[in-house]
Amino acid sequence: MALVLSVLEQGFIYTILALGVYITYKILDFPDLTVDSSFPLGAAVCAVMIKAGINPYITLPVSFAAGGIAGLATGLIHVKFKVRDLLSGIITMTILYSINLHITGSQANMPIFSDDNIFTLSPFADKLGKYNKVAVIFIIMLICKILMDLYLKTKSGYLLRAVGDNDTVVTVLAKDKGIVKIIGLVIANALVALAGCVMCQDQRFFEISMGTGTIVIGLASVIIGTNVFGKLSFIKTTTSVIIGSVIYKACVAIAIWMGLAAIDMKLITGALFLVILVLSNFRKAGVDND
Amino acid sequence: MIKLAHIDKTYNPNTVNETKLFTDFNLEVKDNEFVSIIGSNGSGKTTLLNMICGSIPIDNGEILINGESINKLSEFRRYKRIGRVYQNPAMGTCANMTILENMSLADNKGKIFDLKWGTNKKRIKFYKEQLAQLNLGLEDKLGVKVGLLSGGQRQAMALLMSTMTPIDILILDEHTAALDPKTAEIIMALTDKIVREKNLTTIMVTHNLMYALEYGSRLIMMHEGNAIMDIEGDEKRSVVVDDILDIFNRISIERGN
Ligand SMILES: Nc1ncnc2c1ncn2[C@@H]1O[C@H](COP(=O)(O)OP(=O)(O)O)[C@@H](O)[C@H]1O
Ligand SMILES: [Mg+2]
Repeated sequence: MALVLSVLEQGFIYTILALGVYITYKILDFPDLTVDSSFPLGAAVCAVMIKAGINPYITLPVSFAAGGIAGLATGLIHVKFKVRDLLSGIITMTILYSINLHITGSQANMPIFSDDNIFTLSPFADKLGKYNKVAVIFIIMLICKILMDLYLKTKSGYLLRAVGDNDTVVTVLAKDKGIVKIIGLVIANALVALAGCVMCQDQRFFEISMGTGTIVIGLASVIIGTNVFGKLSFIKTTTSVIIGSVIYKACVAIAIWMGLAAIDMKLITGALFLVILVLSNFRKAGVDND
Repeated sequence: MIKLAHIDKTYNPNTVNETKLFTDFNLEVKDNEFVSIIGSNGSGKTTLLNMICGSIPIDNGEILINGESINKLSEFRRYKRIGRVYQNPAMGTCANMTILENMSLADNKGKIFDLKWGTNKKRIKFYKEQLAQLNLGLEDKLGVKVGLLSGGQRQAMALLMSTMTPIDILILDEHTAALDPKTAEIIMALTDKIVREKNLTTIMVTHNLMYALEYGSRLIMMHEGNAIMDIEGDEKRSVVVDDILDIFNRISIERGN
């Protein structure tokens, strides 16, 4: 039971970041590596604010905004300086590593074990007991999902989808496609940093390298979700991303349960991603041959 | 009025692939003129349209609209007054968005893309009327993703979308070339209707000599970056396809093939 709960908790945190990766990877077709550093950025901002005694719920919008700024940086590097997408993300990612350490005052580790957080302060902490954590994370994740569904139906959301679909259309609509891409990167990294903020409070510490592999987690979740469940027309894509994230987390948990050590975590993360990619390529090839 | 003055354009300058396409090229298109452009492959037709729209830079010269230079205006800003349909039907629409979403996008050109609902329900009736005039049955498929439509259906939508909001200039680059003859007829007739109704200044590149003669008030033939024929009015009306073929043949002979 504890294992299921922890899979759901972490899976829903992955969903928040996977929704961000969904914007860059699926909608914008932009392989954005910024996320490996915007995830710990959200966590760093969170840990420092909690240590300063600020209400943990305030850390959520602040981390979100901080992530947005990271996305803005990558967007400006790509659009204004015409640096290739992958490299733009790598540049911001590298710079953020130092900035994250500046935020925490050079601390690579920052425990917040003894401090209150969004879970201890949750209104239903007593009533729900051990289900409290998963409930809080679920609500935050659900709000993100619903807001994103709504956003994609607005005029601005239409333009974001159009720019990934066919940016010529956006240009002919007399709109600057670069600005639309920047908006997408801002939202995506804001979500990723928010996920980092929640993760930090879930595990009750900040650690500078906690972001390594964020992009892989996000991509794996999105690819599982959209390839396996995206074909079902009654399921919204964002819903399939939720399912994909939980399945991915479950796979990692099973691998560890079967006896792999914690130090093999990233090994599993990467290897599992490879399996998913290979399987989804097979699926595609199968469809092509039909 | 669109004016191209003393335009030079060379692709890949100072390389083995250097293509000196335009040298001191001049062209004036008056308001409400409908210019058909024909010419062999590689004669510079698409390049001409791309230079006007700002899709590619020019080396020298000036492009003016209504007397104002647009040299410094970036491509997307030029489309405030320009509508454009490409040869490839996939270029003018978003495949992963529905017909309704595509129409809504086009309808919002010139306005702000803010956090209001992307589709205005009150406009659906208008979109249906617009689509109905195509006689392709698209008005009953508003929820269908455009990527599932045929090339002809997509091109028809691209034409509607590019002319839905007020524009002054319409740029068409072989927009019927990828279509079957029947759909091409429908699209061409619709083009003519829209151009007349909206009084658009139009430049249409076409591979179809019949269309070039039948439609438009002026006919230009391009060859190696020059307008080697430029006729309008009675003179254009008196030209027949054989006359044009003669010129094509003469050019081919001059080139030695
Ligand atoms: N982007 C480009 N780079 C290099 N050469 C080009 C490019 N676009 C067109 N050209 C060359 O310029 C010439 C004219 O091309 P284009 O304007 O497309 O002709 P048309 O539309 O009349 O067939 C051709 O020789 C073509 O190879
Ligand atoms: Mg061409």
